[in-house]
Amino acid sequence: MTRVWTYGDDVNTDQMFPGKYTYTCSTPEEIAPHLFEDLDPAFAGEAGDGDVILAGEYFGCGSSREHPAKGLRHVGIRAVVAKSFARIFFRSAINQGLLVVECPEAVEAYSEGDEVIIDEERGVVTVGGREFAFPPYPEKVKAILAAGGLQALLKRS
Amino acid sequence: MTTNANTKTFAEEFFSRRLGREVRPGEIVTAAPDVVLSHDNSAAIIGNFRKMAGEDGRVGYPERIVIILDHTVPAPSEKHAANHALIRGFVKEQRIKSFYDVGCGGICHQVLPEMGHVAPGRLIVGSDSHTPTHGALGAFACGIDRTETAGLWLQEETWFKVPRTIRFNLEGELPRCVFAKDLILTLIGRVGAAGANYRSVEFAGPGVASLSIDDRLTVTNLAAEMGAKNAVFPVDEAAREWLDRMGVEYDPADIVPLSDDADFEAVHPVDLAAIEPVVALPHQVDRVIPVGEAAGRPFDQGLIGTCTNGRLSDLREAAAVLEGRRVAEGVRLLVLPASEEVYANALLDGTLAALHAAGAVVLNPGCGPCLGAHQGALAPGETCLSTANRNFKGRMGCKEAEIILASPATVAASAAKGVIADPRETICE
Repeated sequence: MTRVWTYGDDVNTDQMFPGKYTYTCSTPEEIAPHLFEDLDPAFAGEAGDGDVILAGEYFGCGSSREHPAKGLRHVGIRAVVAKSFARIFFRSAINQGLLVVECPEAVEAYSEGDEVIIDEERGVVTVGGREFAFPPYPEKVKAILAAGGLQALLKRS
Repeated sequence: MTTNANTKTFAEEFFSRRLGREVRPGEIVTAAPDVVLSHDNSAAIIGNFRKMAGEDGRVGYPERIVIILDHTVPAPSEKHAANHALIRGFVKEQRIKSFYDVGCGGICHQVLPEMGHVAPGRLIVGSDSHTPTHGALGAFACGIDRTETAGLWLQEETWFKVPRTIRFNLEGELPRCVFAKDLILTLIGRVGAAGANYRSVEFAGPGVASLSIDDRLTVTNLAAEMGAKNAVFPVDEAAREWLDRMGVEYDPADIVPLSDDADFEAVHPVDLAAIEPVVALPHQVDRVIPVGEAAGRPFDQGLIGTCTNGRLSDLREAAAVLEGRRVAEGVRLLVLPASEEVYANALLDGTLAALHAAGAVVLNPGCGPCLGAHQGALAPGETCLSTANRNFKGRMGCKEAEIILASPATVAASAAKGVIADPRETICE
């Protein structure tokens, strides 16, 4: 059973992956155990394949850091749906192959127990049976996400 | 030109022209940048590039790549020197022509416009967070990460989210002894450090005419500190004159006009005449207070330079303030011209001699101590009064030091007094 992890506004990159590890952990395997260490100690041990993160405004603010996105993709997070993202995190997430969706209505609509389904082809987030639209990504971005990040995409071609 | 150009923001009009169709905010589009800028971090980017393209891979678009060494020049350690050597080797191997080595350029955000890489309507990306600077001349310029920069050495296009737009309408003129730095710090204080997150920021209105190109570059440079994706000024007579003087070639049809009738997320009227000298207190750029409220506060080091305030007009302001005065005992004043061009001009017109005579330490062009790598590190407990754009904890290398941001005139006036001082008391007395 996949889970929906919900967080508030202004989740910063230090809470997602503490700065003190940035020079000692660089592979996804090294990053994963420290994910959300200062935000939600349960996350790293329990989050798994297909889980969804719902968050408020300005998700990923703070220092420019590729680690959180890399780690979240590694543990199999299906997508982060937020009311808004900090710009650097948003770019970094896509370039690391992590699906990020800005859809404030979907975040507002969620109540505990609702199933959250993301259809990136159509650009729809379904929350407890109700559909919310977001602008679908162009083919180029879909290709980055499908390949698991920009580096993986360009390596293959 | 599309028929309803006058109802679109700069960002919407810019990408609509690029794509040949109407785009809307929030939409993600792909486009080919005209300039891909990187600096000393090119060493890391080369690593990313090799992983993508293989050890003998070739860059796809060498003519649009611009590499400018500025963060740690000359190299302060063997490790930094090895990185520079790696970059020089790569540049030669890949036949990248726009490479500005130590002694040939200066800070990337000053060299890029000076050397004609910035022109109206150009799409400029850089692996540096202050890349929005180049919107001062009508380009769409934004920061990207290292992986993405490596990707753009290999493939033509990348993706852009069409941002929503915040407009500042400038009216009137800045009072005497009040500068562009005071203006943009005041605006950051008003909207907050995330006030323009992911937004395009437009500076327009009749007040623009009173701001020099140096002033505008200071404003767009610091717009990054309100979270802006890009920032832009209209290309007016002053901008065209500046571009002509620098010998920049561009097609006037590429100028993307700013419209007052677009759908802005917010419009902020700004009365330039009401701006006063301010400082930003540690450790956030939006902790802005009038300089008078910080007056008398001691500091150890003054810094005049960086991509925010190392231009000729900045150095001249500082020299004018220090004329007939000396840097007070107990204070060190560091001056770094932003580029070799600025350095040469400040040397020829006597500005550097005046600063030196006043007791300033004139260093070579580059980022210097701004990011804590070399040339003026701080000790625990020390305070730096700086013209830079960031005062984050640890930014200048020491977590127990403090950084206060101000204009070059404020730093110079304060250096003469030995404590933070209102420059109006010195220059307008």
